[in-house]
Amino acid sequence: MSKLITIDGNTIPFEEGQTIMEAATAAGVYIPHLCHHPEFTPHGSCKLCTVKVNGRTCSACTFPAVDGQDVLNNTQELTDDRRLITQMLFVEGNHFCPSCEKTGNCQLQAVAYHLNMLDNHFPLFYPNRELDASHAEVMIDHNRCIFCTLCVRASQQKDGKDVFAISGRGLNKHLIVNAQSGLLKDTDIEATDQAAHICPTGAILIKRTAYQVPIGERIYDHQQIDQVSLASENSQHDK
Amino acid sequence: MKKFIQDLAETHRYQPTHLLPILRSVQSQYHYIPQEAIEQLAQLLNISRTQIIGVVEFYSFFHLSPRGQYELLISDSITDHMSGKKNLISYLAEKLKVAVGDVRQDGVVSLDNTSCTGMCDQGPAGLVNGHALTRLDRPRLDLISDLINQQKPLNEWPAELFLVEDNIYQPGLLLANPIQPGTALRAMYKRGVPETLAEISFAELRGRGGAGYNTAWKWHLCYEGPEEDSFCDIATHRQQQRYVVCNADEGEPGTFKDRVLLNSYAHEVFEGMTLCAAIIGAQQGFLYLRGEYLHLYEKLQAVLDERRQAGLLGSNILKEGLNFDIEICLGAGAYICGEESALIESLEGKMGIPRNRPPYPVTQGYLGKPTVVNNVETFMAAASIAVNGGDWFANVGTEKSKGTKILSICGDCSQPGIYEYPFGTTIQTVLNDCGASDVLGVQIGGPSGTFISNKEFNRQLAFEDLATGGSFIVFNDSRNILEIVNNFTHFFAHESCGFCTPCRVGTSLLKKQLDKIIGGHGSAGDVVALEELCQLVKTQSHCGLGQTAANPVLSTLQRYPELYQSRLKKISYEPGFDLDGALETARRLAKRNDASAHLAQAEE
Repeated sequence: MSKLITIDGNTIPFEEGQTIMEAATAAGVYIPHLCHHPEFTPHGSCKLCTVKVNGRTCSACTFPAVDGQDVLNNTQELTDDRRLITQMLFVEGNHFCPSCEKTGNCQLQAVAYHLNMLDNHFPLFYPNRELDASHAEVMIDHNRCIFCTLCVRASQQKDGKDVFAISGRGLNKHLIVNAQSGLLKDTDIEATDQAAHICPTGAILIKRTAYQVPIGERIYDHQQIDQVSLASENSQHDK
Repeated sequence: MKKFIQDLAETHRYQPTHLLPILRSVQSQYHYIPQEAIEQLAQLLNISRTQIIGVVEFYSFFHLSPRGQYELLISDSITDHMSGKKNLISYLAEKLKVAVGDVRQDGVVSLDNTSCTGMCDQGPAGLVNGHALTRLDRPRLDLISDLINQQKPLNEWPAELFLVEDNIYQPGLLLANPIQPGTALRAMYKRGVPETLAEISFAELRGRGGAGYNTAWKWHLCYEGPEEDSFCDIATHRQQQRYVVCNADEGEPGTFKDRVLLNSYAHEVFEGMTLCAAIIGAQQGFLYLRGEYLHLYEKLQAVLDERRQAGLLGSNILKEGLNFDIEICLGAGAYICGEESALIESLEGKMGIPRNRPPYPVTQGYLGKPTVVNNVETFMAAASIAVNGGDWFANVGTEKSKGTKILSICGDCSQPGIYEYPFGTTIQTVLNDCGASDVLGVQIGGPSGTFISNKEFNRQLAFEDLATGGSFIVFNDSRNILEIVNNFTHFFAHESCGFCTPCRVGTSLLKKQLDKIIGGHGSAGDVVALEELCQLVKTQSHCGLGQTAANPVLSTLQRYPELYQSRLKKISYEPGFDLDGALETARRLAKRNDASAHLAQAEE
């Protein structure tokens, strides 16, 4: 007999060892997330996937599913908090969607739409952040980094390299690269690495590809992130 | 430098887990962590340079650019502010001709602020190259400036500058009954090891760091280890590596009792750790000592040596077949490392970022092995219980909080220092004993705890009422509550590790929002917005730091809403920045200061 949890009152099965996020995704239930990716060790830092498990606040991407759990996901309270957390990510960096080449393909933007975020709510921080365009094919725009560590994990766990890391404390957190010069050009990253493509925002970009797909024909121009995310994560799971 | 780094790495047996002590040595030698050192260490320790850079940028006491040969830090604790810290640091800056946060041009001295150094009973306090300075006043600062300008080596500075006193004013169950080295261990072997755990269980000892988890149960869970271990035979189970960690990263502003316990009761603490090792089956223990307590390091090493010579530590302890030793690890300026899983990360030579839980440290702690992390006072209490029995302890206190609590009392009272009370003691009793009068309120449990007003002094020290890790800060009615809250809120923003969004961004937003209100730029909706933000940070943060970072605002907002309201402007909106202030640069450039070069903020 398979084990069961309920999410918002609906019973779903799970396999031993699955997290709540994994069980939900497999059952076609979307839990908003940015730092989670099914191929990599969960990180639990963005806190968008916060759910209530038997009344307790937990990150769905790291918390193990246990038989009989009562999980709340799609509630007004959680949606409101997730919207505020997304707004925090927006004001912390410099995210100006209309002038960003990632617009329409950006998960941060898509999650914001999904959560019906209509303004920044909080005062903008306008941090002074740099751009690293030293590499021939890949560039980093630190203004858009949300410290999800997906590039760090993809580089280590998929590409077999160790190109990225997050350094610093608190608001001074920042992405660094593994080169004595501190520049991307002196790392062993290649444009074909998964780490170069996994950024959920426009912080890591492949040069000279920005507008190959015109605005209006991009992923989230026609679909909500919940649909896209469930479809892609379940197909990756099947592979 | 090459040889220095090479020798250093060799001394530490090329262990990446020793990254913090290695970097402490590099910082102390060169007054920063040079890039060449990072490159060389990455090779020698076989870790990536980004891990080293991450660690350097995470801990306040490490720097990528040179600090002065004399690194002066002045404590930013609220109690230091109450005794004139602000004037003192300006005086010092002027005297030394160096701006706060800067290094003097000749490279001799640098000056900066630092979070509470645990000397609130003898502040204003500071650190020079990591060594504690106490009772700072103008004559002392004059002396320190002269010594620095003469470039006198620290070991030639007058000892009274570094004098740290215990200030024990009210010893109780534990402090008044010190145990002789070895007696707790002998009592344990006489009674039986499992029976001793039962005794601690009977005593209902709860963790003294503040959270109050049942100590015997924690030790039991660690002995059991992860679920998969329960299937192996007893011999294999016993061979599993386990660790005992004593959390002496006493960073909560206003707390200093662990400093005193380690100064004068170190045997008891180490004995408690050894007891724990025998019970859970650990061979290695760590004392994680906050970097600010560097002055205790040598003394504690000597106590460990003494215990080794007495057969109380090392191999075959008391000839009972127990092998256990303790290593002291110094922190490097990060409050978050008081959180047990962040502390474990730090012990492993990494940034102090709290782990995701489960798994908990009792099943997967240091290097993934079952680990007990307890507060200094908890180990001391366990040792005393082993000698005197569970009854002796459980007879004191309340139904849910047995025994006593050691308090660090500071702020507006005539006798700041260490006081031990049975749980259940009222706040009024404590205030009477420490010589506090005209009290406005008390911050119990430090910034992460609760502010209580003078209408609540009949409340009790107890896990079920006012829990505290030991911090007890008294404020008299001359103090400004909003300034206190502001100090605490800035502290959390400075100490947030930055791992999760709600705390990383939220603590900074809290700081900004509070600054806005206190600065008189707030309007009608701003207190509501502040409260909304508090709730978000409290409920959504990853660990205890974020979950408690809004407590100073929440507990004072609840008690003194009128204080916040009185700072608001009587208009319906207010820009988030100072419009006229923003024109300052333009006025300076245009050399104008006439009426039309100014903008009114808004119609009042």
